[in-house]
Amino acid sequence: MTMSTDTASTDTGHDVDSHDDEHTISDKNYIFIALFLAVLTALEVAATEVSSFPDALLIPALLVLMVIKFAMVILYFMHLKFDSKLFSMMFYIGLIFAVTLYGVMLTTFHFFTG
Amino acid sequence: MSDATIDPDATTDDTTHVAPIHDDTIPAGYDDGNDHIGLAPHHTTTGLSNTKLAMWMFLGSECLLFGGLISTYMLYRNRQGDAIGPDQLWDIPFTSATSFVLLMSSLTMVLSVTAAQRKDDRRTRLWLTVTALLGGLFLSGQVYEFTVFYREGLGYTTSLFASSFYTLTGFHGVHVAVGIIMLLSLVAMLAKNRLIGDKAETVEMIGLYWHFVDVVWIVIFTLVYLIPA
Repeated sequence: MTMSTDTASTDTGHDVDSHDDEHTISDKNYIFIALFLAVLTALEVAATEVSSFPDALLIPALLVLMVIKFAMVILYFMHLKFDSKLFSMMFYIGLIFAVTLYGVMLTTFHFFTG
Repeated sequence: MSDATIDPDATTDDTTHVAPIHDDTIPAGYDDGNDHIGLAPHHTTTGLSNTKLAMWMFLGSECLLFGGLISTYMLYRNRQGDAIGPDQLWDIPFTSATSFVLLMSSLTMVLSVTAAQRKDDRRTRLWLTVTALLGGLFLSGQVYEFTVFYREGLGYTTSLFASSFYTLTGFHGVHVAVGIIMLLSLVAMLAKNRLIGDKAETVEMIGLYWHFVDVVWIVIFTLVYLIPA
């Protein structure tokens, strides 16, 4: 978007010019992000299929790639990076509860069955 | 927010959230952070769209649903006894292809959102339709995969692994199916101009849901298919 004035103040403390620059992602950039995600997916599959990939590194590598892909989609495709922090909070609360639930469940079952 | 003068005739209905800006101090194309180009802030106590806030709350609660399902699968993934297990079933190249299709549907979805924000109805409908088709292709792949697994002896009650696998991926598939229905309904409503309120926001809400479905699959693909049991 093109701004017609120099700056204007918002209640979030950002001036509109920088706000606007930060928030604009062109269609071309979305395509680049999608291609990057596709490359990460290819890397995941390659790491699994290539037998020479060290076993000790496989799971950490897959988890890191998964987290990067997850973050790219929610931050850029879902605009969480540019939107109100309140939206982020709503989502992250659920996400943190879910990860905690997962951690507690696995730990508990491991404890009682181990 | 700035001291923008809001049109007194504009509706204050929270479900609409649209009010044209008539203040010259607000530049054309001003983005209030709600991704509504050229629109004033929402008339709510938070200044944010209640619809969008509710959607994010819903997605947060969905994290808990899928967190529980994924946890259950991770607990039971090795509980197949003598029955067929994941290592004998997975077809990683096929599942990778369907994952790629779903990933690309997120791209077409975001393109439809930007088209809607530019008020380009034709491209909005086009990208929404492509997204629905890609979603349908993913779902067809899942149905095919389930059919193959069933023929190889993996019924829903064959083992704890089978039950937790079908429940997790089935729930995700249902979410995709619901998303496709919403996308096609949106295309039909846009075509007949029956959509009330802010079109761009409606497309964005469906988009959030669709991207969430994609994000969940990113997790499922890694934890269920790629990480060895």
